[in-house]
Formats: sequence, structure tokens, C-alpha cells
Amino acid sequence: MDLAQALLEGNRRALAQALTLVETGGSQARILLGALFAHTGRAHIVGVTGAPGAGKSTLVAALAAHWRRAGRTVGIIAVDPTSPFTRGAILGDRIRMQALSGDPGVFIRSMASRGRLGGIARATGDAIAVLDAAGFDVVLVETVGAGQGEVEIAAAAHTTIVIEIPGAGDDIQAIKAGILEIADLLVVNKADRNGAEQTVRQLRTMLSLADRPADGWTPPVLTAVATRGEGIEAIAAAAEQHLVYLRESGRFTGREQERAARELRLILQETALERVRALVPTSEWDALVAQIVARTLDPYAAANQLLDRALSH
Amino acid sequence: MDRPIRVLIAKPGLDGHDRGAKVIARALRDAGMEVIYTGIQQTPQMIVEAALQEDVDVIGLSILSGAHMTLLPRVMELLRHHGMHDVLVVAGGIISDEDARILKEQHGIAEVYGPGASTHEIVRFIQERCRTRN
Repeated sequence: MDLAQALLEGNRRALAQALTLVETGGSQARILLGALFAHTGRAHIVGVTGAPGAGKSTLVAALAAHWRRAGRTVGIIAVDPTSPFTRGAILGDRIRMQALSGDPGVFIRSMASRGRLGGIARATGDAIAVLDAAGFDVVLVETVGAGQGEVEIAAAAHTTIVIEIPGAGDDIQAIKAGILEIADLLVVNKADRNGAEQTVRQLRTMLSLADRPADGWTPPVLTAVATRGEGIEAIAAAAEQHLVYLRESGRFTGREQERAARELRLILQETALERVRALVPTSEWDALVAQIVARTLDPYAAANQLLDRALSH
Repeated sequence: MDRPIRVLIAKPGLDGHDRGAKVIARALRDAGMEVIYTGIQQTPQMIVEAALQEDVDVIGLSILSGAHMTLLPRVMELLRHHGMHDVLVVAGGIISDEDARILKEQHGIAEVYGPGASTHEIVRFIQERCRTRN
């Protein structure tokens, strides 16, 4: 396929168009991803998540600049929420990334969540694969402004950075299930503000309560003032150490297996649905829906009926 | 397949007033479009680079500084240089009728809006022009 070839040769327009294609989905997208698959698996995928206004974009930009100075290329995916009412979105993460403009070693793509609630979009995993295949050494993924439950990034990234800001909650917030559990690195950003030390202490206490295996990774709690570039070097170094840890402990293979299993499951769901829809005329589909509404057929039986037909086809 | 219209909103030049650009961004969002907002003081290079990476259908340029006859033709030139002939470019700001005519006829800006333009009009124009894209 021409698009895959152009992308692999470093054509940035082809890369941009490939990202649009995987975001739109469908059979063309799957053919492209199939062609790129053999070229994936080289990038260090780093997720950055945290509450709105915590400084995700600024930290991502600062980390990218740091890795560029170290001679590594960086692809960035920045996700912002889609309106549940109009399907529209304002994607504003580039505003904080202006300093990276003009660098051919950086590629930034904004992505709308398009109805997904886990903090990233349905196609974010595919977009990561595209940037990985395009040869970027690091792929940074910035999630939507996250609350407590947007944890999907952990399944898509090798290393997940969770950003907290001073004064955002008591020590019970810190032991609640959810976003803090997925952190491989915890960063207290805006550390020049009052209460930063207390937040660091609470997070460390939270971590010390955890029952961890002896060879396990204890997430470091680091501080930063991302707008001034303070603390960035230590964060980048910790992210790199985490990747080394994953490789040496064998966890890397484990995570890759989880990722692969999850991908396979998602793709199977999507493809199965698409094939069944292609096989069943709209009139018949509508008739089944009408029967479910009338309570003469239950949706589980209807789904089984359709699947049986597709499988015997 | 059905996908939302993607629009880049940028402010070329040195003026820092982006209220108008934000009003437009919000209106396009409410019309179901994905709006990439890049902020103020963008050079033509930065605008075209962002448009390329984001693979947008439309670029909306807001310019109040008076430098539109330098900056807007430069944006169009860079777009052509990158083979991005299919990107619809609209401009808004304080632009005289004569300048607007030249920008449209000689440089390929699709439409120019003055301070009194309604957001509905702009939304409708973009929707109609993007309907025919693949």
C-alpha cells in the first residue's frame, strides 16, 4: 500500500493521513495497520495523565524537548474530550507545545476522545502503532483531563506518569482505587506552590502502605515546575529506568502479552460486529430491534442468532 | 466513512487579541467539528506545520494586526509547497474589501469575514464546502 510505504520512508503528510485513517476506522485502516505491524514494537510508549489543569501538556512538551536534546525523536498524541452533545471538540494541547514547532524530529497529533470514557480515544492504540512504525523513539500520549477512573492509558503505555498538584485532596484520596494505582511515576507538578511537600508526603505514605513484591517497582514521587523546566531531567531519567526495569524483570513481555490480548479482543469485537452487519440487511436488523423493543425477543438471543448465522456462512 | 470536519484555528502575526478566534472555535465545536486551537502569534510556518500534522480539512485564520497581505499569502504559498491544495482556508479580521478581493482572487483564500460576520454564516460555509470531500 502506498500510504504505508510513504509513511515508512518518513513522509510526514502520509503519516498525518495514516493517523486520520486509523482514527476513522474501517477496513482500509485495518489493511494499513496490518502492513505497518511488523515495523512496530520499537518505541518507548509513555502515558501522561492527571486532572485538567495539572500541567500535562506543559510536562509533555518539556519531556519532548528533553529527549530531543538527547537526540531521540518524539511522537506526541494529545487527547481532549469530545462533546457528548454535538460530537464537536476543542483540541487545545498544542498551545503549550509551541516550542517544539519547526523540529522535524517531533510530530504532534491532537485527538478527540470521540465518546470513549477511559481517558483516551478508541483509536489511540492504533495511532500509537502508526507513530511507532514511523520510527519515533518515544511516543508520548497525553490523556484527557482525568478524574479518578480514567485508567485506560495504563494498558496502552509502557510507562504511565500520573501528575498531581498540591492541595488536591486528603490522604484518603491517595489510597482510593483508580488513577493512582496505574502510576509508574508520580509527579507533583507546580511544586513551587504551598502544600507541595505535604502532597509528596501523602503520596509516599500511600505507596508505603502497598503490599509489593520484593523485586517490584516502587513508583518514585518526583516534583516539577514544568513551566520552568524544573525536575524534567529526573522525570525523564525515571521513565527510562522504568523501561529498563520492565525489560530486566521480564515484566515487559508480560505487558506486551496483556497488550496483545487486549488488542486482539477489541479487534475481534469490532470485526465480528462489522461482518455481521455486512451480512444482515438493514430491514432484518431493524426487525430484530423492533422485536426486542416489543419484548418478543431478548437481545442475547438476537445476538446469538446473528452470530450463529455469520459463523455458518 | 463519516468523520467530523477538522479545523485549525490560528492567529498569525503579533496581535494578542484572540477573543474573536475563541468565539469562532466555540461555534465550530458546537456545530460538531473538531477544532484544533493553536493560540496567538503563530508564524505561517507554524500554522502550515500544524495543519499538516493534524491533517485538517479547514484552516481559519484570525488576523487583526494589519499584516494580512504579507502573512496570508505566505500561508497559502507554504500550503501549495506541501501539496495541501485541498485545504479550505478562511480568514477573519479587519481586512478591507479591496484586500479581501485580492486575497480571494489571487491567493486562493476561500472567504474573508469582517467583524460583523455571524458565526452561523461561517459554520454554514464550512459545512457546505466540506460536504463534497471524501
